[in-house]
Amino acid sequence: MNSALHAPRIAVLGVGNILLTDEGIGVRVIEALQSRYRLPDHVLVLDGGTAGMELLEPLEGLDALIIADAVRVGQPPGSVVLLQGDEVPAFFRTKISPHQIGLSDLLAALELTEQAPKHVSLIGLQPVSLDTGMALTAEAEARVPEMLALVVAELAKAGVMAEPVAGEHA
Amino acid sequence: MTKRVTIDPVTRIEGHLRVDVEVNGGKVTKAWSSGQMWRGVENILIGRDPRDAWAITQRICGVCTTVHAICSVRAVEDALKLEIPVNAQYIRNMIITAHNLHDSIVHFYHLSALDWVDVVSALQADPDKASALAESLSPWNRNGKHEFRKIKEKLAGFVKTGQLGIFTNGYWGHPAMKLPPEVNLIAVAHYLQALEIQRYASKIVSVLGSKSPHIQNVAVGGVANPLAVDSQSVLTVERLLAVKEWIEKLDEFVKQVYLPDVAVVGAHYPEWTKIGRGIVEYLSVPDLPLDGKGTQFALPGGYIQNADISTFKPITQFGDKYFEAGVSEAVKHAWYSYKDGDKATLHPYKGETTPNYTDFQDDGKYSWLKSPTFYGKPAQVGPLARMLAMLAAGHEPTKKYATLALDTVSSLAKTKIGLDAMHSTIGRHASRAVVACVQVDELAHQWDLLLANMGKGDLKTFNKPTFPKGEIAGVGFHEAPRGVLSHWVVIDDGKIKNYQCVVPTTWNAGPRNEKDVSGAYEACLLDNPVADPEKPLEVLRTVHSFDPCLACAVHVVDKENDQVVKVKAA
Repeated sequence: MNSALHAPRIAVLGVGNILLTDEGIGVRVIEALQSRYRLPDHVLVLDGGTAGMELLEPLEGLDALIIADAVRVGQPPGSVVLLQGDEVPAFFRTKISPHQIGLSDLLAALELTEQAPKHVSLIGLQPVSLDTGMALTAEAEARVPEMLALVVAELAKAGVMAEPVAGEHA
Repeated sequence: MTKRVTIDPVTRIEGHLRVDVEVNGGKVTKAWSSGQMWRGVENILIGRDPRDAWAITQRICGVCTTVHAICSVRAVEDALKLEIPVNAQYIRNMIITAHNLHDSIVHFYHLSALDWVDVVSALQADPDKASALAESLSPWNRNGKHEFRKIKEKLAGFVKTGQLGIFTNGYWGHPAMKLPPEVNLIAVAHYLQALEIQRYASKIVSVLGSKSPHIQNVAVGGVANPLAVDSQSVLTVERLLAVKEWIEKLDEFVKQVYLPDVAVVGAHYPEWTKIGRGIVEYLSVPDLPLDGKGTQFALPGGYIQNADISTFKPITQFGDKYFEAGVSEAVKHAWYSYKDGDKATLHPYKGETTPNYTDFQDDGKYSWLKSPTFYGKPAQVGPLARMLAMLAAGHEPTKKYATLALDTVSSLAKTKIGLDAMHSTIGRHASRAVVACVQVDELAHQWDLLLANMGKGDLKTFNKPTFPKGEIAGVGFHEAPRGVLSHWVVIDDGKIKNYQCVVPTTWNAGPRNEKDVSGAYEACLLDNPVADPEKPLEVLRTVHSFDPCLACAVHVVDKENDQVVKVKAA
């Protein structure tokens, strides 16, 4: 185990608008992560909503940033995708996520201030619906465990073991 | 020949605003402002507990989270006629001012400065000359030669590797760019410094709001921050001392960097004091309540007609009847229908949110924004309206900073620039900087008030609300960064029966109203010069001067393949 002093800085960021059904998938995945797993203190779990620059400071100088988000990738609704490393900023530059502009600006600002995360991964879901409403569609809800498993796998790659809370299965 | 230019989306951060202009003889002759998303938050709220509305409304938008939270609890408190503890006011007031400062700094440097600043031109700058100029204007300690040399090297590196990142979409080399290379370099340096400084404002909001970006401490009846002079787990004096340090950092930056920078930009673009005047009816509301009921405020607000501050009519308290009775909304040119037809206007308590999408019809319906009016007329809202109202009310700090801004511009431009210059595109930027100076002083003041009151042993932050049987209604208003925000709630037997948000960007970016009269964006765009319809930078300057935030103004996010500029010859 790493000592607390030298623990890598890792953040899991869920973004999206929870008022627009599946647009809020990122936030819902984060909520599931927090309720189903115990994480060490050096892992920051952030409900970013649709925010922009306010997130700059918590995302500075990270060793790994794991993002959960709704994405438009031209795949069938309900598809889950995993993007890694350089694919992520390039992805946001092509403007496919519904709120990509905030995140792309944020990642660009982190580059400018030389505080960009060493590794970025994105776990995305092609939304089924973006209608007004606070609940996910049943199809999107059914993909939460798969997205959560990908988040946990990304955490494991970054050296973090997410421990399931009693009664939950990994 | 008339050319039709469509800009979609307009904003760098929150998208979904479309602006169409017809350009004839190098000038805008007709304009349409269109919200391209439908916002149905009002419909989500119906039937819910009014105590939960704030947490839901703050999710409308990523930029203005806190403002909807605060406005929502104010609306419910107004319906209940519930007084809240002064400590809760002070804490909310600090969140309000810190959020406003964050918004103003990010708006100027990161969202709109690139309309005026040519980043690539900064590579031609002499860093030593840039330093001499910057040091002549301000005591800021990061204007040295070494700093500017370093920034120029860094910028050259970015340009060389093609990593312009955030700067990618600028109109470099556009004929309307007029700043000398040295000023461009100063602006780039301050752009990067502003990225650091804005964090202090975010930190204040997170410490007081218990969480960021979505605050968690607001409650109908006050705030959920237990105060303590000793305990560790709550808002302690120690944490408040950290907040005080961050306030000082913001104070330095706003007064020594932001205000002088806006003056320098203004002095190099004197023609922009005559562009973008548009609607000169101005509406603002008082904010930063100093008592539990909201009858005394640190910052005044009210209504001004025809650009004449002697017509000022103050709005004086929460639930103010003059304000409450004056607001209505029309949908003749918006993608909604009212039961009573397109000619009708509805007061927000009676507001209806029934979508009726047509296509973009130049003379019919073309926007997801409704058209709000104040006593039958469109109004401009935002920092300019706020500054003018505070000047009209004789607010001394506003006079001081407005005079300072105008004197600095006048001396740099070597000609007298008066208050009339503020009714313009550049004037909206200047007003925002003036108001930021006023707000940073107020942030410190509210901190003092809180500490003094805690010193007297008053640690109360919450009065429990009780909901009566039957129907009640209330309005909450708030002078948000972009202008007047109001939430209107009707509660029946303790459940929300109707809810309407009339947001600042709806006031400014709304379509033509029931009498076919344009809103502020459309009116301000008329006669705007456009040198090159393929690159309508000038149109963006005017629209960006309002700090458009369409996520909350418009009523779903779905525009694939948005083109930055579509040009249609007509």
